[in-house]
Amino acid sequence: MDLNYSPDEAAFRDEVRAWLRDNVPGDLRDKVLSYQSLEKEELRSWHKTLAKKGWVAPDWPTEWGGTGWTVVQRYIFEEECDGAGSPPLVPFGLRMCAPVLLRFGTPEQKKRFLPRIYQGDDFWCQGYSEPGSGSDLASLKTRAVRQGDHYVVTGQKIWTTLGHYGDWIFALVRTDATREKRQEGISFLLIDMRTPGITVRPIVLMDQSREVNEVFFDDVKVPVENLVYEEGKGWTVAKYLLGYERMGTGRIAQSKRELARVKELAAEATKDGRPLLDDPRFRDRLTRVEVELIALEITNLRFLDQLRGDRPPGAEVSLLKIKGTEIQQAISELAMQAAGPLVQVFRPVDANAAFDPFAASLAPRYLNLRKTTIYAGSNEIQRNIIAKATLGL
Amino acid sequence: MNFELSEEQQLLADTLKKFLATGYSFDTRSKIIASAAGVSDDVWATFAEMGLLGLPFAEAYDGFGGSAVDVMIVMEAIGEGLVVEPYLATVGLGGQFVARGGTEKQKKRILPGLVQGKTRLAFAQTEKGARYDLEHVRTRARRTGDGFTLDGEKRAVLHGFSADLLVVSARTAGGDTDRDGISLFLVERGAPGVRVTDYRTIDNLRVADITLSGVTVPRDALIGREGEGLRLIDEVVDYATALICAEAVGAIKYAHDATLEYLKTRRQFGVPIGSFQALQHRMVDVLISYEQARSIATLACVKVDTAGAAERRRIVSAAKLKIADACRHVSQESVQLHGGMGMTEELKISHTFRRLTMIAQTFGDADHHLERFAAS
Repeated sequence: MDLNYSPDEAAFRDEVRAWLRDNVPGDLRDKVLSYQSLEKEELRSWHKTLAKKGWVAPDWPTEWGGTGWTVVQRYIFEEECDGAGSPPLVPFGLRMCAPVLLRFGTPEQKKRFLPRIYQGDDFWCQGYSEPGSGSDLASLKTRAVRQGDHYVVTGQKIWTTLGHYGDWIFALVRTDATREKRQEGISFLLIDMRTPGITVRPIVLMDQSREVNEVFFDDVKVPVENLVYEEGKGWTVAKYLLGYERMGTGRIAQSKRELARVKELAAEATKDGRPLLDDPRFRDRLTRVEVELIALEITNLRFLDQLRGDRPPGAEVSLLKIKGTEIQQAISELAMQAAGPLVQVFRPVDANAAFDPFAASLAPRYLNLRKTTIYAGSNEIQRNIIAKATLGL
Repeated sequence: MNFELSEEQQLLADTLKKFLATGYSFDTRSKIIASAAGVSDDVWATFAEMGLLGLPFAEAYDGFGGSAVDVMIVMEAIGEGLVVEPYLATVGLGGQFVARGGTEKQKKRILPGLVQGKTRLAFAQTEKGARYDLEHVRTRARRTGDGFTLDGEKRAVLHGFSADLLVVSARTAGGDTDRDGISLFLVERGAPGVRVTDYRTIDNLRVADITLSGVTVPRDALIGREGEGLRLIDEVVDYATALICAEAVGAIKYAHDATLEYLKTRRQFGVPIGSFQALQHRMVDVLISYEQARSIATLACVKVDTAGAAERRRIVSAAKLKIADACRHVSQESVQLHGGMGMTEELKISHTFRRLTMIAQTFGDADHHLERFAAS
């Protein structure tokens, strides 16, 4: 057993680190590190920078642009990106739609969509949840009725992240409402969001951010060639995607970066004339989170190592999502507590008045991260998955 | 022993509840917080008419001589309705300095106007780096002419912008964190040299940064004895802390009720989500936090006016520690159990979440009060 990187892996890390240092634009890094949301064009420009370098889709097959890296290299790359404050790569095209197309798409669909996803030409969104279908996704009601060479889609999706930037959306729709087993009437459609009949409406979250939306479909015509896999087999596609999605939800590298920032904050803050970082109570809580994160990093690497062999980890990978999001939330809470009574300041009433945007971002960050234990399968659902699939309960 | 409210107290609770249900709907509140002032003059006038502003002040100054338990009833309703008007700032803080430490002349000059809703007060105390230490006062007051001249910077003064009169802590002697040498001054918010910058808070209240540059005040602006202000600050902040604990109980009650309702009505997998045992147990823990919070807040409000300083400090810190934990637990669980809807601006639960989060860190967080209790 050896938990250290090999010389090759260490050299790879150095190469990635050096490249990121030279190529992450300073203004975007500053925005990322002060928790500001990025504009569509900012997200796209970083996507294109990585695409040009050939690093935008490491896990794809090499014929479509994958790097052929090992799982450890991929992990190193992600960790270095997060550590460097790189803008995020929006996952909906690269890591959700693309794996689905690679597994289930027709040759025509692959040729049509994958290069554009790779290049960042289209901004993709995910159309899963509906107002009445959250944790119980299979109860979804948005219907698609076949009419000649089109489906006509009517219904509503909710919590569509970055839907207001979207060019395309992959959506689960009901093509057959007569099936007794409701999972069997669901299909997976690719929908051009510029099609008439689609309305995107923002949902303002409590940190005042605009990131999620409602998407309404009113008799939207979708060509049948945009059906992925077979009609009525959308649930199989969705389940495949879910398994794919769960790895890499731990956000471990990002949490390491944020934890280091909390230490900086706590070193600057004073309590009774001494650095807050030296306060035993604060330090105890910080340490417990840090130790949990150290353990989770190794757990994550153990799962990755299993992926490398022929013993892929089972449903227990859900614990990466559970623990990873709990740690993200705990760190944001520590940051808020470190800031003390001044953390409540949000914005000056007179927009021209001076204020410290970083200090004013700590509480909104805490508010925003409450979503992490709710989205992508709430942590309650993740526990259900482990209970059922891993423990057989 | 008797935990029942008196007839008058019950009437106060009912009247206030009725007003807030009709005159302070979530929509009304949304308009108020979006307005330039961020607080409503009409609501303030109604509070004055209802006698809420005069509740704790002596009859000699047009008040009603009420106890902290009377005010607790108001604060609980404020918490449940998420009232943003400066009741705590004026009645719980600013007015208390005058009532407890002021001369007869100061009381006569200020309190009747407060009671009528004409004068609003704020307490300008917190400074950069002070955290929750009340003795951390760098603002200086020098004797000049027949009065004092103040220089310094105060941060995040609760409702400082809408106040007419500020109670400012300033050092007349000693080092930056000495317990002795702090004095309290009444400063007109519009006085020359006072610069006020208004901020929205994360929970939709207003706080102000206040810069004092060569602000001159007359000799009778001094509240209490020169250099002995900390004792009064400690007393008033304890009073306000007991009140904010009561506010938290009201907000926790709302979070409890709304979450329970959601568990009973939100259906997934063909059943109400409240039928899942995993969620039932968590809801029960929310109920337990609520009941424990109510108990400790009640204790604090009963004791804050009647106990000696040592016991008062001990009980208030016990309460704030427990309340901070309850704020955190109940707010986090209520959003989680609401799912995505709990994250949205349009639902009151997210506003309650924000208020509870901020109450946990107002007048000292859990760590601060844990230490204060343990040291007492």
